[in-house]
Amino acid sequence: MLSVEFRGFTWRHAGRRAPAVADIDLRIEAGERVLLLGPSGSGKSTLLAALAGLLTTDSGEQRGEVLLDGRDAAAQRGRVGTLFQDPETQLVMARSGDDVAFGLENQAVPREAIWPRVHEALEAVGFPYPPEHPTHALSGGEQQRLALAGVLARRPELILLDEPTANLDPEGAASVRAALGEALADAAATLIVVEHRVADILNLVDRVIALGPGGVLLADGPAEAVFAEHGDTLAAQGVWVPGIPLPTAPRPAPGEPRLRGESLALTHPGADRPALAGVDFELRSGELLAVTGPNGSGKSTLALLAGGLVAPTRGKATVRGERTALHRLPANRLATRVGSVFQDPEHQFVTATVRSELAFAPHAAKWPRDRIDARVSELLERLRLDHLAEANPHTLSGGEARRLSVAGALAAAPGALLLDEPTFGQDRRTWGELVDLTAGIRDEGAAIMAVTHDRDFVEALATREIALEDGRVRSETSRC
Amino acid sequence: MLTIVPICGPHAPIARANPVAKLFAVIAVSTAALAAADWLTPLLLLSALAAAMPFTGIRWRPLLRRLRWLWLAAGAVAAGNAFFAAEQTGTILLSLGPMELGSESLVNGVALGLRVCVAATAGVLGFATTDPTDLADALTQQLRTSPRFTIGSLAALRMLPLLAAEWRQIITARRARGMEGGRNPLRRARLLASTMFTLLVGAMRRAGRLAAAMDARGFDSEVPRTYARVQRMRRPDWFLLAAAVVVSAAAIATSAALGVFELLV
Repeated sequence: MLSVEFRGFTWRHAGRRAPAVADIDLRIEAGERVLLLGPSGSGKSTLLAALAGLLTTDSGEQRGEVLLDGRDAAAQRGRVGTLFQDPETQLVMARSGDDVAFGLENQAVPREAIWPRVHEALEAVGFPYPPEHPTHALSGGEQQRLALAGVLARRPELILLDEPTANLDPEGAASVRAALGEALADAAATLIVVEHRVADILNLVDRVIALGPGGVLLADGPAEAVFAEHGDTLAAQGVWVPGIPLPTAPRPAPGEPRLRGESLALTHPGADRPALAGVDFELRSGELLAVTGPNGSGKSTLALLAGGLVAPTRGKATVRGERTALHRLPANRLATRVGSVFQDPEHQFVTATVRSELAFAPHAAKWPRDRIDARVSELLERLRLDHLAEANPHTLSGGEARRLSVAGALAAAPGALLLDEPTFGQDRRTWGELVDLTAGIRDEGAAIMAVTHDRDFVEALATREIALEDGRVRSETSRC
Repeated sequence: MLTIVPICGPHAPIARANPVAKLFAVIAVSTAALAAADWLTPLLLLSALAAAMPFTGIRWRPLLRRLRWLWLAAGAVAAGNAFFAAEQTGTILLSLGPMELGSESLVNGVALGLRVCVAATAGVLGFATTDPTDLADALTQQLRTSPRFTIGSLAALRMLPLLAAEWRQIITARRARGMEGGRNPLRRARLLASTMFTLLVGAMRRAGRLAAAMDARGFDSEVPRTYARVQRMRRPDWFLLAAAVVVSAAAIATSAALGVFELLV
């Protein structure tokens, strides 16, 4: 096991003026299990990268020291194991067993010792398939457990977990947490975890360190003490502090029907069962219809069909005042009827500035100049993006990018808005912003459909909920 | 989904052969085909490849699906060379206004097309029976290629299906924004360029994360790597390689004996 020490550590990424972290002094004893908290941009990931020896001299400028057992961390990369956030970019090999073996080959473990260690690690994380199983056929949760096996097989003395469940659906996240609990319970290693969803990880740690903006040390101690004293501050910074209630908003009475789906069905070419097997729905102005269900139940497909983005195999989606089915409308007209917001905001950015991003759909719909200008100013102000009007969309922070993608979908004033996992992977502060924003749009009379795994989001905003299973509606509940 | 997995039964003799043996076998056959300028040598090689099919464990249908574009290209090479030969020689077979087709030009064109066909088919047979991981392992162990380059390429290859899926998502997201190619070529070009840009931004970020994850697992350390699987030439591998060389030489010898062989100069 390794002890960890930062001495006056400062790191500035190449090309940035402000340092990512400044003057960090911190000591973690061998065998301690630490939860590291802090708002976005407080430098948590930079600290982990420094410990993992991944900050190279050509990628930035360092002052101070990072020590593992009293010696420079950069020279001891082999003793540290890191589990990152994104399962897709952690797997290197096509076969699961090979992927675990990859880290052992790099460590120059003799061949006869490799396979027993691979099997042992796969077993420790509860990997349910044989080692030949192809990695591309794994779900996100399974991929992440395989990556964990890859970390554990190297027998690291310091384990770093960088938001290990943030990119997973609730089911996958639960399976990874279970695997972490099992596998780390008796691992002889020091542990540092970065995680916003605090409640899920508390049983793994015995010390909480909270950083404030700019990397200053805010609090340090046992979890109960830290949350009792600094809970509100941390919640305001985006940490999901356990026991602090989430806001709920009153729900208005729904108005006229806006968007209607009639027996919408889609079977992908070559698939043996339909992705969506005939779903009817009606969406009224001023209501938020939550679409829930497990992965593969057809939620996202429903959003694509309802938004006229993909042609259904059967059935159609229509809006009030438009006879043509949505999937047959030209894109510029479609954008004035329904707005769709995707999970990855960057996929939707089509221009080089925030301002032109908002003007794009109204311009495509041939609105007059002054109407476009008025609309853009209104949206910039309402979504608090006015100070960023000339910024490149690809440079925005996570929360800003999401607000912009919502604003872009609303720009041509569609009567209906479709959201796919709007709160996925967000910290508590961005979550709160998105809930307020969505409530405002709903209360002004838009009809909203939100595909989501997020129970808190449903509780806060939904007026109705339909749960899908195997491409069909399993149940419908009213929440007024 | 787009995948790069082999399309053969895993237990066929050629599927189990060493990747480097297969690589050199493919090179032998292709070299013979490309060195010959006559029509008989590539035809003999093509029948030899067909005769090898049962040993590859590949089913015909997926193979033909992979080969169709390459064969179409070979057909285009044949037609192009036949019609646009510098000089139409032999009996004139066809005359369409200024276009003429002579019998000798036709034979030459077909011969050129057949050569492309042999090289393409041999390559596809080799790759369709080889797991990319095994190929990378074999290249680094037997030919001493740099692991950083070879295994890095392998990891990049694994990302390709993800890029294909992301491309479709971006196109859909563009339609939602009111951006669509339609029939206007200018708009189509703009859509293509902006989709490429978004895909590139995503790919760069992904590549950075992948590189960090690989480094975190000790990929670029100074220690020489060990290998979980041994890749080396065994007796059947030598036999495969020898067979490929002998067959290639035999094809050339046969056409030379029949007085048809011409060396490409």
